[in-house]
Amino acid sequence: MPEHQLNPNKWIELHSDYLFNYTISRVNDREIAKDLVQDTFFAGLNSMKNFKGEASERTWLISILKRKIIDHYRKINSNKGKAEVRMTYNSDENEGDWLEERVADPFEKNAEDDLINSELEDAIYNCLSKLPEKQATVFKMKTILGYETEVICNELNITPSNLWVILHRARVTMVECMEKNWFK
Amino acid sequence: MKKSFLFISCEEAKHICDKSQYGEATFLEKFKLYIRLSWCKITRAYSKRNGVLTKTIKSSKVECLKHHEQQELKERFNNQLTKQNQ
Repeated sequence: MPEHQLNPNKWIELHSDYLFNYTISRVNDREIAKDLVQDTFFAGLNSMKNFKGEASERTWLISILKRKIIDHYRKINSNKGKAEVRMTYNSDENEGDWLEERVADPFEKNAEDDLINSELEDAIYNCLSKLPEKQATVFKMKTILGYETEVICNELNITPSNLWVILHRARVTMVECMEKNWFK
Repeated sequence: MKKSFLFISCEEAKHICDKSQYGEATFLEKFKLYIRLSWCKITRAYSKRNGVLTKTIKSSKVECLKHHEQQELKERFNNQLTKQNQ
Protein backbone atom coordinates (compact mmCIF):
# COMPACT_ATOMS: atom_id res chain seq x y z
CA MET A 1 0.00 0.00 0.00
CA PRO A 2 1.38 3.48 -0.88
CA GLU A 3 2.74 5.53 1.99
CA HIS A 4 0.63 8.60 1.13
CA GLN A 5 -2.83 8.96 -0.30
CA LEU A 6 -4.72 11.79 -1.98
CA ASN A 7 -7.85 13.30 -0.53
CA PRO A 8 -8.96 16.09 -2.89
CA ASN A 9 -11.96 16.92 -0.69
CA LYS A 10 -9.54 18.46 1.82
CA TRP A 11 -7.11 20.10 -0.63
CA ILE A 12 -8.49 23.63 -0.39
CA GLU A 13 -8.56 23.70 3.43
CA LEU A 14 -5.19 22.05 3.86
CA HIS A 15 -3.09 23.38 1.02
CA SER A 16 -4.57 26.44 -0.71
CA ASP A 17 -2.95 29.01 1.60
CA TYR A 18 0.41 27.27 1.54
CA LEU A 19 0.37 27.04 -2.26
CA PHE A 20 -0.77 30.65 -2.55
CA ASN A 21 2.02 31.89 -0.28
CA TYR A 22 4.54 29.82 -2.24
CA THR A 23 3.28 31.29 -5.52
CA ILE A 24 2.94 34.93 -4.54
CA SER A 25 6.53 35.08 -3.34
CA ARG A 26 7.53 34.01 -6.86
CA VAL A 27 5.15 35.89 -9.12
CA ASN A 28 4.40 38.99 -7.01
CA ASP A 29 0.87 39.32 -8.32
CA ARG A 30 -2.15 38.28 -6.31
CA GLU A 31 -4.45 37.58 -9.26
CA ILE A 32 -1.84 35.55 -11.15
CA ALA A 33 -1.03 33.62 -7.96
CA LYS A 34 -4.70 32.78 -7.44
CA ASP A 35 -5.02 31.55 -11.03
CA LEU A 36 -1.89 29.42 -10.77
CA VAL A 37 -3.08 27.83 -7.54
CA GLN A 38 -6.46 27.02 -9.09
CA ASP A 39 -4.77 25.58 -12.20
CA THR A 40 -2.60 23.46 -9.93
CA PHE A 41 -5.56 21.97 -8.09
CA PHE A 42 -7.38 21.27 -11.36
CA ALA A 43 -4.26 19.69 -12.89
CA GLY A 44 -3.79 17.64 -9.72
CA LEU A 45 -7.33 16.40 -10.00
CA ASN A 46 -6.77 15.34 -13.61
CA SER A 47 -3.54 13.52 -12.87
CA MET A 48 -4.47 11.78 -9.63
CA LYS A 49 -3.90 8.42 -11.30
CA ASN A 50 -0.22 9.32 -11.71
CA PHE A 51 0.27 9.77 -7.96
CA LYS A 52 2.46 6.95 -6.70
CA GLY A 53 2.13 7.71 -3.01
CA GLU A 54 5.86 8.16 -2.47
CA ALA A 55 5.67 11.88 -1.69
CA SER A 56 3.23 13.66 0.58
CA GLU A 57 0.14 15.23 -0.95
CA ARG A 58 1.55 18.73 -0.46
CA THR A 59 4.93 17.89 -2.01
CA TRP A 60 3.15 16.40 -4.99
CA LEU A 61 0.94 19.49 -5.42
CA ILE A 62 3.99 21.76 -5.09
CA SER A 63 5.74 19.85 -7.87
CA ILE A 64 2.73 20.53 -10.14
CA LEU A 65 2.69 24.17 -9.04
CA LYS A 66 6.38 24.59 -9.85
CA ARG A 67 5.69 23.50 -13.41
CA LYS A 68 2.76 25.92 -13.61
CA ILE A 69 4.99 28.79 -12.45
CA ILE A 70 7.65 27.89 -15.02
CA ASP A 71 4.95 27.77 -17.72
CA HIS A 72 3.75 31.18 -16.58
CA TYR A 73 7.23 32.67 -16.95
CA ARG A 74 7.69 31.00 -20.33
CA LYS A 75 4.43 32.54 -21.47
CA ILE A 76 5.29 36.08 -20.37
CA ASN A 77 8.80 35.75 -21.72
CA SER A 78 7.39 36.52 -25.12
CA ASN A 79 9.24 38.36 -27.88
CA LYS A 80 7.69 41.60 -26.69
CA GLY A 81 8.96 41.03 -23.15
CA LYS A 82 12.47 40.23 -24.35
CA ALA A 83 12.53 43.40 -26.46
CA GLU A 84 11.65 45.46 -23.41
CA VAL A 85 14.57 43.98 -21.48
CA ARG A 86 16.97 44.64 -24.35
CA MET A 87 15.99 48.28 -24.48
CA THR A 88 17.56 48.81 -21.06
CA TYR A 89 20.49 46.49 -21.70
CA ASN A 90 23.19 49.12 -22.17
CA SER A 91 21.71 51.85 -20.09
CA ASP A 92 23.63 51.47 -16.82
CA GLU A 93 27.14 50.99 -15.50
CA ASN A 94 27.30 47.23 -15.95
CA GLU A 95 27.49 47.61 -19.69
CA GLY A 96 28.49 44.45 -21.48
CA ASP A 97 27.08 41.85 -19.09
CA TRP A 98 25.23 38.99 -20.66
CA LEU A 99 21.53 39.52 -20.73
CA GLU A 100 20.97 36.24 -18.95
CA GLU A 101 23.15 37.28 -16.05
CA ARG A 102 21.23 40.46 -15.57
CA VAL A 103 17.70 39.16 -15.47
CA ALA A 104 16.77 38.20 -11.93
CA ASP A 105 15.94 34.53 -11.60
CA PRO A 106 12.83 34.34 -9.44
CA PHE A 107 13.53 30.70 -8.52
CA GLU A 108 16.99 31.35 -7.17
CA LYS A 109 16.18 33.40 -4.12
CA ASN A 110 19.74 33.07 -2.95
CA ALA A 111 19.93 35.70 -0.23
CA GLU A 112 20.19 34.11 3.18
CA ASP A 113 17.36 36.27 4.50
CA ASP A 114 15.01 34.94 1.86
CA LEU A 115 15.94 31.37 2.74
CA ILE A 116 15.32 31.95 6.43
CA ASN A 117 12.07 33.69 5.64
CA SER A 118 10.87 30.85 3.48
CA GLU A 119 11.70 28.37 6.26
CA LEU A 120 9.83 30.57 8.71
CA GLU A 121 6.80 30.66 6.41
CA ASP A 122 6.92 26.84 6.20
CA ALA A 123 7.05 26.62 9.99
CA ILE A 124 4.08 28.99 10.33
CA TYR A 125 2.03 27.02 7.79
CA ASN A 126 2.93 23.70 9.39
CA CYS A 127 1.73 25.01 12.74
CA LEU A 128 -1.40 26.52 11.20
CA SER A 129 -2.29 23.18 9.65
CA LYS A 130 -2.32 21.63 13.12
CA LEU A 131 -5.04 24.00 14.33
CA PRO A 132 -8.72 23.07 14.14
CA GLU A 133 -10.26 24.65 11.02
CA LYS A 134 -12.16 27.42 12.80
CA GLN A 135 -9.14 28.46 14.87
CA ALA A 136 -6.93 28.49 11.79
CA THR A 137 -9.46 30.62 9.88
CA VAL A 138 -9.83 33.17 12.69
CA PHE A 139 -6.07 33.31 13.32
CA LYS A 140 -5.33 33.86 9.62
CA MET A 141 -8.01 36.52 9.21
CA LYS A 142 -6.93 38.44 12.30
CA THR A 143 -3.16 37.97 12.33
CA ILE A 144 -2.11 37.52 8.71
CA LEU A 145 -4.82 39.40 6.82
CA GLY A 146 -5.29 42.00 9.60
CA TYR A 147 -9.09 42.09 9.44
CA GLU A 148 -11.07 44.12 11.98
CA THR A 149 -12.79 42.11 14.73
CA GLU A 150 -16.21 43.24 13.50
CA VAL A 151 -15.54 42.10 9.93
CA ILE A 152 -14.49 38.63 11.07
CA CYS A 153 -17.49 38.34 13.38
CA ASN A 154 -19.86 39.26 10.53
CA GLU A 155 -18.21 36.98 8.04
CA LEU A 156 -18.04 33.94 10.33
CA ASN A 157 -21.21 34.76 12.24
CA ILE A 158 -19.63 34.69 15.69
CA THR A 159 -19.67 37.13 18.63
CA PRO A 160 -16.59 39.18 19.59
CA SER A 161 -16.19 37.19 22.81
CA ASN A 162 -16.31 33.97 20.78
CA LEU A 163 -13.65 35.39 18.50
CA TRP A 164 -11.28 36.21 21.37
CA VAL A 165 -11.72 32.76 22.91
CA ILE A 166 -10.99 31.07 19.56
CA LEU A 167 -8.07 33.39 18.94
CA HIS A 168 -6.64 32.78 22.41
CA ARG A 169 -6.70 29.00 21.89
CA ALA A 170 -5.16 29.39 18.46
CA ARG A 171 -2.36 31.62 19.79
CA VAL A 172 -1.55 29.21 22.63
CA THR A 173 -1.27 26.30 20.19
CA MET A 174 0.70 28.39 17.69
CA VAL A 175 3.21 29.47 20.36
CA GLU A 176 3.71 25.89 21.53
CA CYS A 177 4.14 24.64 17.97
CA MET A 178 6.48 27.46 16.94
CA GLU A 179 8.56 26.89 20.06
CA LYS A 180 9.08 23.29 19.00
CA ASN A 181 9.68 24.01 15.32
CA TRP A 182 11.18 27.45 15.10
CA PHE A 183 12.22 29.23 18.32
CA LYS A 184 14.23 26.27 19.69
CA MET B 1 -10.85 43.18 51.90
CA LYS B 2 -12.34 44.54 48.70
CA LYS B 3 -10.15 44.15 45.65
CA SER B 4 -9.17 47.27 43.76
CA PHE B 5 -10.84 47.87 40.41
CA LEU B 6 -7.34 47.79 39.03
CA PHE B 7 -6.99 44.13 39.96
CA ILE B 8 -7.54 41.66 37.13
CA SER B 9 -7.46 37.87 37.09
CA CYS B 10 -4.88 35.89 35.18
CA GLU B 11 -7.47 34.99 32.52
CA GLU B 12 -8.47 38.61 32.11
CA ALA B 13 -4.82 39.58 31.82
CA LYS B 14 -4.29 37.03 29.06
CA HIS B 15 -7.37 38.35 27.25
CA ILE B 16 -6.07 41.94 27.42
CA CYS B 17 -2.66 40.73 26.32
CA ASP B 18 -4.26 39.05 23.27
CA LYS B 19 -6.19 42.20 22.44
CA SER B 20 -3.10 44.37 22.75
CA GLN B 21 -1.33 42.20 20.13
CA TYR B 22 -3.81 43.65 17.66
CA GLY B 23 -3.85 47.18 19.10
CA GLU B 24 -7.34 46.66 20.50
CA ALA B 25 -6.71 47.04 24.25
CA THR B 26 -7.77 50.35 25.82
CA PHE B 27 -5.42 52.51 27.88
CA LEU B 28 -7.08 51.42 31.13
CA GLU B 29 -6.89 47.74 30.17
CA LYS B 30 -3.20 48.09 29.38
CA PHE B 31 -2.62 49.87 32.68
CA LYS B 32 -4.31 47.01 34.55
CA LEU B 33 -2.23 44.53 32.59
CA TYR B 34 1.02 46.33 33.47
CA ILE B 35 0.13 46.22 37.16
CA ARG B 36 -0.47 42.48 36.97
CA LEU B 37 2.70 41.98 34.94
CA SER B 38 4.70 43.60 37.74
CA TRP B 39 3.96 40.78 40.18
CA CYS B 40 2.55 37.78 38.26
CA LYS B 41 5.13 35.44 36.74
CA ILE B 42 2.54 33.47 34.78
CA THR B 43 1.14 36.56 33.08
CA ARG B 44 4.67 37.75 32.38
CA ALA B 45 5.61 34.45 30.74
CA TYR B 46 2.39 34.42 28.70
CA SER B 47 2.86 38.01 27.60
CA LYS B 48 6.45 37.37 26.54
CA ARG B 49 5.57 34.32 24.44
CA ASN B 50 2.57 36.08 22.95
CA GLY B 51 4.72 39.06 21.94
CA VAL B 52 7.32 36.81 20.33
CA LEU B 53 4.60 35.12 18.26
CA THR B 54 3.29 38.49 17.05
CA LYS B 55 6.77 39.69 16.17
CA THR B 56 7.62 36.46 14.35
CA ILE B 57 4.47 36.50 12.22
CA LYS B 58 5.04 40.18 11.42
CA SER B 59 8.67 39.61 10.49
CA SER B 60 7.69 36.88 8.04
CA LYS B 61 6.13 37.95 4.78
CA VAL B 62 3.60 35.19 5.03
CA GLU B 63 0.47 35.72 2.93
CA CYS B 64 -2.74 33.81 2.54
CA LEU B 65 -5.96 33.84 0.58
CA LYS B 66 -8.73 36.10 1.79
CA HIS B 67 -11.69 34.24 3.25
CA HIS B 68 -13.97 34.94 0.27
CA GLU B 69 -11.20 34.08 -2.21
CA GLN B 70 -10.77 30.70 -0.54
CA GLN B 71 -14.53 30.11 -0.57
CA GLU B 72 -14.72 30.96 -4.29
CA LEU B 73 -11.81 28.65 -5.04
CA LYS B 74 -13.46 25.91 -3.00
CA GLU B 75 -16.70 26.32 -4.92
CA ARG B 76 -15.00 26.15 -8.33
CA PHE B 77 -12.90 23.20 -7.25
CA ASN B 78 -15.88 21.30 -5.84
CA ASN B 79 -17.76 21.81 -9.12
CA GLN B 80 -14.82 20.35 -10.98
CA LEU B 81 -14.60 17.49 -8.49
CA THR B 82 -18.30 16.70 -8.92
CA LYS B 83 -17.94 16.76 -12.74
CA GLN B 84 -15.00 14.39 -12.51
CA ASN B 85 -16.86 11.96 -10.25
CA GLN B 86 -19.87 11.78 -12.59
